[in-house]
Amino acid sequence: MALLDVNNLGISFGGLRAVDSFDIHIEKGQLYGLIGPNGAGKTTVFNMLTGVYKPTDGTIVLDGENITGKKTTHINRAGVARTFQNIRLFKNLSVLDNVKVGLHNDYPYSTLSGILRLPSYRKQEKAMNEKAMELLKVFDLDKECDYLASNLPYGKQRKLEIARALATNPKLLLLDEPAAGMNPNETGELMETIKLIRDEFDMTILLIEHDMKLVSGICEKLTVLNFGRVLAEGETSEVLNNPEVIKAYLGD
Amino acid sequence: MSKQFKNNLITYGIIIVFFAIMQTLASTGNLSSLFKGLLVPICVYAIMAVSLNLTVGILGELSLGHAGFMCVGAFASAFFSMCLKDSGMNSVLRFILAILLAAAVAAIFGVLIGIPVLRLRGDYLAIVTLAFGEIIKNLVNVMYIGRDSKGFHISLKDTAALGLETDGQVIIKGPQGITGTPNDSSFIAGTIILLIAVFIITNFVNSRSGRAVMSIRDNRIASESIGINISKYKIMAFALSASIAGAAGALYAHNLNTLNALPKNFGYNMSIMILVYVVLGGIGSIRGSIIAATILTALPELLRGFSDYRMIIYSVVLIALMLISNNPKAKTFLEQHDLRTILRRAEKEDK
Repeated sequence: MALLDVNNLGISFGGLRAVDSFDIHIEKGQLYGLIGPNGAGKTTVFNMLTGVYKPTDGTIVLDGENITGKKTTHINRAGVARTFQNIRLFKNLSVLDNVKVGLHNDYPYSTLSGILRLPSYRKQEKAMNEKAMELLKVFDLDKECDYLASNLPYGKQRKLEIARALATNPKLLLLDEPAAGMNPNETGELMETIKLIRDEFDMTILLIEHDMKLVSGICEKLTVLNFGRVLAEGETSEVLNNPEVIKAYLGD
Repeated sequence: MSKQFKNNLITYGIIIVFFAIMQTLASTGNLSSLFKGLLVPICVYAIMAVSLNLTVGILGELSLGHAGFMCVGAFASAFFSMCLKDSGMNSVLRFILAILLAAAVAAIFGVLIGIPVLRLRGDYLAIVTLAFGEIIKNLVNVMYIGRDSKGFHISLKDTAALGLETDGQVIIKGPQGITGTPNDSSFIAGTIILLIAVFIITNFVNSRSGRAVMSIRDNRIASESIGINISKYKIMAFALSASIAGAAGALYAHNLNTLNALPKNFGYNMSIMILVYVVLGGIGSIRGSIIAATILTALPELLRGFSDYRMIIYSVVLIALMLISNNPKAKTFLEQHDLRTILRRAEKEDK
């Protein structure tokens, strides 16, 4: 039984068929890549997986639970967390608070005890701070914990977004172009970080990426999307040498 | 954590010091009766500004009818106090219950408005609250409620339509409002409610619920993606804001002999006035709201001679502020001459 089972997924926007009969099966602990030319529908797939769009047809099953068409909030609680192509941090909150919002559902003290500062508030806030600092340390962000998120340099903002997603304690982590806008050094560092997340948190990761160095460096399996359809899937090295895939990327 | 705690302590400190100074001046007879009469309104508007700041600054939604919630709280509490006026209840206890009732009724209205409106995206809340404020004011103006041995009578026509027995008592008399509300409000009561309002809001903001609310303000989509229940937290923050406005209304009502709903006290202009306090004091800054509300409530009365020009001065100040805050040169000037920056520079030079 795979952790994520997507069968025959499709969505239409009016007359436009953005994604059609999309299948993907991801095993627990796998590092899976979703690639394809611009406009192929990769982010649309992510948006369906996280409930931002409701798929027109098909099913999404996460760890035995059917999450097709559920609300984003529900899907996150079921165990899917994501990052965004254009970074979406809580810009006016501190780095620490960004992660603490991610911990929101795991530390459910009531609003009243928060206002009255009851013992449950003190105890859980303390645990939250420790947990958040632990996460920030993994991403080497612990020294910047008091900074406003918007004041972090670009590469660190990407890392903070991943840390925030991990704070929700997901089963599956979706990364939408994590290396976008990074220089080769930062990309190399990011590859190490992604591997580290997989090993340390025993995480299953699905990522969209254009940087082939990153894709071939860390992804174990790939699915290639072109014009909303699956063009190829399989082991990374096989897929990247597939003439169809090369054609889709480079043209005839 | 400690920085934020220190920040809160400064706010509490400012309120208490202001209270102590005013109280000393009043007891030594150095305060004009005019200014003495302003002390409770200052508290009322400071509480209103703090409460609106929760909606505007923390939740990031615009409310243009905050005086409507104050109106609801004022009438609910005044009605309650009138009913219990002759029951021989301790006046402090009655006042506390009246404030709690005002907060609860205003919160209910906040939830009722929030449930449909806060699910929408965009500026709908501004439009609906604007209408709410006007509707409540007009509704109160046509409402007649009386009481006799048979219980309560309600009419939207006139006093005669209530059909009261001869010993019956009319409590709400339409446009004439409520007369004879016990004068339970005092400067000390106002200060205590203000302190409690600040306590509730700052603690709310620094709890998990407050963080959730701010995350929605900063980025709704990201907030949903990490499992935050958007509608719940938006409605919660808005209802909390409304209930504090209701408590301010109770304080206001118990400071007057006659309470009636006029455009001046509960109308659109008042809502905008409170928004002005929030904007001038700095959106999101609780302390700023209190200071702006205090100064802007006190100034027109202190400068009575200029009161004809008050609105002109306000508009000039507002336009100037907007121009300055959007001018990059002015911004860098302010940053360079900020007290903190100057201190930091002095420190560096010392080294």
